[in-house]
Order: sequence, then structure tokens, then C-alpha cells
Amino acid sequence: MRVLVIEDDRETAQFLQKSLKESGHSADLAGDGETGLAMAQEGGYDILIVDRMLPKLDGLSVVKELRSEGLRAPVLILSALGDVDDRVKGLRAGGDDYLTKPYAYSELLARIEALARRAVPEEQETRYAVGDLVLDRLSHRVTRGGEAIQLQPREYRLLEYLMKHAGQVVTRTMLLENVWDYHFDPQTNVIDVHVSRLRAKIDKTFDKPLLHTVRGAGYMIRDGAG
Amino acid sequence: MTALVDLLRRTVATTAFRLAAASTAGFLIVAAVIAGILFWQTNKILTEHVISGLRSEASELAHEAGADGIEALADTIRARSRPDGPDLYFLADAKGQKIAGNLNRLPPEIGESPRGGVFRYESAPGGEAVSRLGVAMPVEVGPDARLIIGRDIEAQLQYAERIKRTFLWGYAILSLAAILAGLAVGRAVLKRIETIAATSRSIMSGNLARRIPLTGARDELDDLAASLNTMLDRIEQLMAGLREVSDNIAHDLKTPLNRLRNRAEAALRDPRGAEAYREGLERTIEEGDELIKTFNALLLIARLEAGAVEETAARFDLGDLVRDVAELYEPVAEEAGLGLDITVEEGIEINANRQLVGQAVANLADNAIKYACRGTVANDLRRIEVSVAARGDAAEIRVADHGPGIAEKDRERALKRFVRLEECRTQPGTGLGLSLVAAVARLHGGGIRLEDNKPGLRAVLSLPRWRGSGGGTMAAQTS
Repeated sequence: MRVLVIEDDRETAQFLQKSLKESGHSADLAGDGETGLAMAQEGGYDILIVDRMLPKLDGLSVVKELRSEGLRAPVLILSALGDVDDRVKGLRAGGDDYLTKPYAYSELLARIEALARRAVPEEQETRYAVGDLVLDRLSHRVTRGGEAIQLQPREYRLLEYLMKHAGQVVTRTMLLENVWDYHFDPQTNVIDVHVSRLRAKIDKTFDKPLLHTVRGAGYMIRDGAG
Repeated sequence: MTALVDLLRRTVATTAFRLAAASTAGFLIVAAVIAGILFWQTNKILTEHVISGLRSEASELAHEAGADGIEALADTIRARSRPDGPDLYFLADAKGQKIAGNLNRLPPEIGESPRGGVFRYESAPGGEAVSRLGVAMPVEVGPDARLIIGRDIEAQLQYAERIKRTFLWGYAILSLAAILAGLAVGRAVLKRIETIAATSRSIMSGNLARRIPLTGARDELDDLAASLNTMLDRIEQLMAGLREVSDNIAHDLKTPLNRLRNRAEAALRDPRGAEAYREGLERTIEEGDELIKTFNALLLIARLEAGAVEETAARFDLGDLVRDVAELYEPVAEEAGLGLDITVEEGIEINANRQLVGQAVANLADNAIKYACRGTVANDLRRIEVSVAARGDAAEIRVADHGPGIAEKDRERALKRFVRLEECRTQPGTGLGLSLVAAVARLHGGGIRLEDNKPGLRAVLSLPRWRGSGGGTMAAQTS
């Protein structure tokens, strides 16, 4: 994945470049809004990471300009401003996701990978399958090895999100934001409890676990072999 | 001298003095008009009295002249003419030679005038001749003689003059008194204002404990001083609160920072090497995340208290949100061996920031679970009750547990930043949960109360209810 990082703090930018490289992506850096805009206009990037406060041209203006020119690549906005308002402004300007500083690299990586997947023009998939676990989005039925599994509506949506991003790390915050639509800190690890309940239903009675905990990052659903 | 002039100038510039001056001026004008009318009326009545007296005497004398002849008339005139009396007569023959009367000559001002008028004449009551004023009119006594009768009006004039002078003196005294009173009042006001100004200067220079002295007169300046003092009390209280908060920030951020540093050092010194480094770094990150949470919560509270959250309010069903958030916590409660009851009155809508209200409810639920009753107590005490109900214009969210609760004296304090009551120190948390709820409530014009759930704590978050669109139809767009 080719990533463009528009970030004025050199150390942060270089840290991101190095980390992304280690994760198997390539990253170009731009130190201010104008350079970033010009580089993005040349195209060829799969995803943009844009800091909100930039010299010369601020992050939101860069995103607005790129969107008005028809750029489709997903944009993750980074910001030290974390109010609900700031998030709304960021998304309104054309950002696809919004991450507040300070953040964990694992969070950023999980988010850009999820964004990149979203960018692939997927046909509305009506069925997700991981190993022998199948989720039918039309009938809302979940089966494993042909055996029906009863899920609460919320558990269903949790599984749906995890399966949509099968093979990718999904963080707790991503789950909270996308499954519950909450953009606040729930104080305790509520998500863990919900995930372990789900796990009890889909994994417990089966030999091969599908829902994995990724230490220091979040969760991932994948076929053990993969 | 210049100081005195300056003081005078400032006194004159006071509102009190200007008010006194304006009201005095108004009073003087009205008094002058009244005095003028009175004077004019009195003068008119006196003049009419004199004129009518002259007229009746004139007709009487004219009749006598017609009936008894000039000689008889001359006798009458002689009898009536007293040298110093107020009645004046001059009878002359056709050639103008005086026959009788106490006037020496025909007054030139009257001359041939058929209607008479005002004139001056000489009189010498005390030997010395004095010029006096009189009115006179001619009397028709036939072709052989001329008769002029008159009245002395000097006394009347003097009377009028005296009235005028009395009024003028009165004005002068009144004006002077008003100016002095205005100056005195202005000076008194100025003095008290200066006291207030001096106090505020002293406060500005850092002496926040100073207060404006009250005179005890209970007047408007005392009222003003009292409310200024109340304001100062409040400011001082806020400053003290701020100091307390910054002390707490120092403590609650520095302590974990120090812990973090110690861990990193300990890991570096650990002889196990790589494995220890890894452990140390992982715990450092965890510790860092906790710090970030505290910091975010602090920042959010600060921004909410500054009212810095812009309009992202929307209308939504409060019951749905609370049920949703409570359900998020339900499995957590269950793991802690607690039941979670949710009772929601349907159809209660509020206009608020959904995320912030969600956060507030989450904090309350989280607190309830943390501090609820645990262990081997009866099952019906191991419950948390969450409910939404309308109460007048407010929507109330209640989160109740049966835990140890909070003593009444500590309830107010529990809402403050970083206050973690001693019993709670063992629980993880930032000490900001309830103050964040309070800030969210205040931002939306609501409030939070902590009540006794007998046993346990009941937190009641009340928010203004959204009033239906009934009657408030939007003005139709004209196109």
C-alpha cells in the first residue's frame, strides 16, 4: 500500500514512515500543506494520512481541495483536537476517519488498513465466510459448520464488522465507533466483555478458534490456517 | 489650591451634583413662573382698584360741577385736598390758572390726553421735595374749568418692589443652598466611590482578600458594594478552586509520570535484559495510555466549562440512548455479579450532544458498577437500576446502586475534579468521572444530584426536555 503522510513534525513523520515500512507498506512524507497537496495531486497513493494543523495550508483545506478535484483515496485525519465538534468538522471536510493524538501506532495501522479495504469497490457482499463460520447478511443468520448460532442484535453487528475486516486487526475504539457509534472513552474495557461473549458463542464449542486477540492492538477474526 | 480646584471639578462632575443642579434649576424655573404670575395678578388687582376709585370720584365731581357750578366744585376740591394725602387734585380755569387742589401744576405727562395716565409730581411732606409717581385722569367739568384728579401709587410700587426683592433673595438663598447640598452629596458619593476604586486597585495588585467596607446605610451604594463583595468572594472561591485543581493536576499527572519513569529505570537496570526491557516498555505504554485518558478527560471538562463546544446538538430519544449505553455495560455488570435493570419511559426527547450525554451516562454506569455492593449480600441488593423518566420540563436519568453510597457531607465534593473519596482510592479511575458528568449537565442547562438510595447511591442527571414542535411551526419559506 502506498501511503502519503502529510505531517509537519519530522520525528512523528519519520516514525510513521519506518513503522509503515515494517508493516509492509511504503510511505512518502510531506512537511507542509502545500507540498502535501501537490504530492497528492500527482496521485498514485492508496491512502492519505493528514495532520490537521500544518504550516502554509491547514489539513482540512488540503482535504477539501483534493475532494473538490475528485480524489477518491481514503483520508485519515490526525489531530490534537479531539472534541466531538472537531471530529465532525474533519469528516465534513472529506476525511474518512479521524484519529486524535496521541494515538497508538497499532490503532493507526488498523484504521488505515480498514480504510484501504473500504476503498476497494466491493460489491455489497451478501455473505461473509471465515473458515466454516458463515454470516448471511440477507437472512441475518450465522452458522458454523452448518450449525446455527443464536446471536443478540448487537453481537450480530459486532461479528459482522469483525468479519467484514477478516484478516485485519480491529481495535477496541474502532469497534466502539463503528458498532456502537460512540466516540467517547467508556472507562472500562466494556468491549472486551462483549467480544468474549461473542467468542463464547462462536468459538467455545469448536476445536479451532477463529476470533483472536491481538496483543496491544485489538482483535482479528481469521481462519487459523491463514 | 490646585488640589482643591481639582476636587471641586470632580465633585461638580459627579452624577449626584448634576442631579441636584438640574432639579434645583427646574424648581427655580417653575417658582419664577409662579411668582411672575402672582406678581402680575396682584399688580393688576391693585391698579384696577385705583382706576375704579378714580372713575367713581370723577363721575361724582362731574355731576357736582354740572349741578352746583365751578365755585361749589372748587370748595369740594379744597375740602378734599390734603397736602400729603394720596388723593391728588388740580382745578384750573379756562386759561390754565390754578383755582384749587394739592397739585401745583398740570402734570405735563397728562397734558391734553383725554384718558389720563401715569405722571411724576413733587411732594414735600417732610419739608424736602420728593418726586413721586401717580395716576391721573381728566374730569369733564364744562368749558370754564379743567379738573384733573389722581392717586399717588408710590406705596403700591414700593409694595411690588418689596415682593420682587423677597422673591430674588429667596432665589439666591435657594440656589446657594442647592449648590452646597449638591456639592456635599457629590462629595460624599465621590468619597465612597473612591473607596471602592481604591479597594479594587488594591485587589488588582494582588490583594484578593480585600473587601469594600459597607457604611451600614443600606443605600444603593451599600447594595452595590455588597454585590461587588459577593462577586469577589465568588472569584476568590474560584481561584482557590483553580489552585486546588492545579495542585491536583500536579499530583494526579505527576504521580503516574513518576511511576512511569521509575518503571523504565527499573527495567533498564534489570539484569534479565531484553525480556525485562520488553515488559518495562509494555507497562510504560499502558501507563502512558492511562495518562492520556486522564488528560483527555481534563481537557474535555475544561472545554465544556468554557462552553467551547459548538452547536452539534441534535434531537434524539433519550430512552433509546440510555438503554443503548446501559446495554453496553450489562455484560460488565454481569461479570461483576450484578444485575442491571433498565426502565425507560418512552418518547422523551432531548436536544443535546448525543456523544456527550452518552459519555455522561457511561460514566454513571461505570461508577455504579465499580462501587456497587459486592460479596455475599442478598441478591436484590446486587442490582443496579438505570431509569429514564420525565419530570416536568426535565428529563431525568437515574443510575442507582446499593453499594456503600456517599455520605451526605461528601456528596458536593464528589462532583469536583480529582476528588476521589478515600474509600474509592483502591478502585482504578481518574477521579474525573462525576465532574465530567456535572460539566455535561451544566453545558446543556441541566444538573446532577447525588441522593441516598438507602442503601447506596442514586445519581440523578437531569437535562432540559425537548418541547414538541406544537405551536412552534417554522415560518414557511416564501418563494
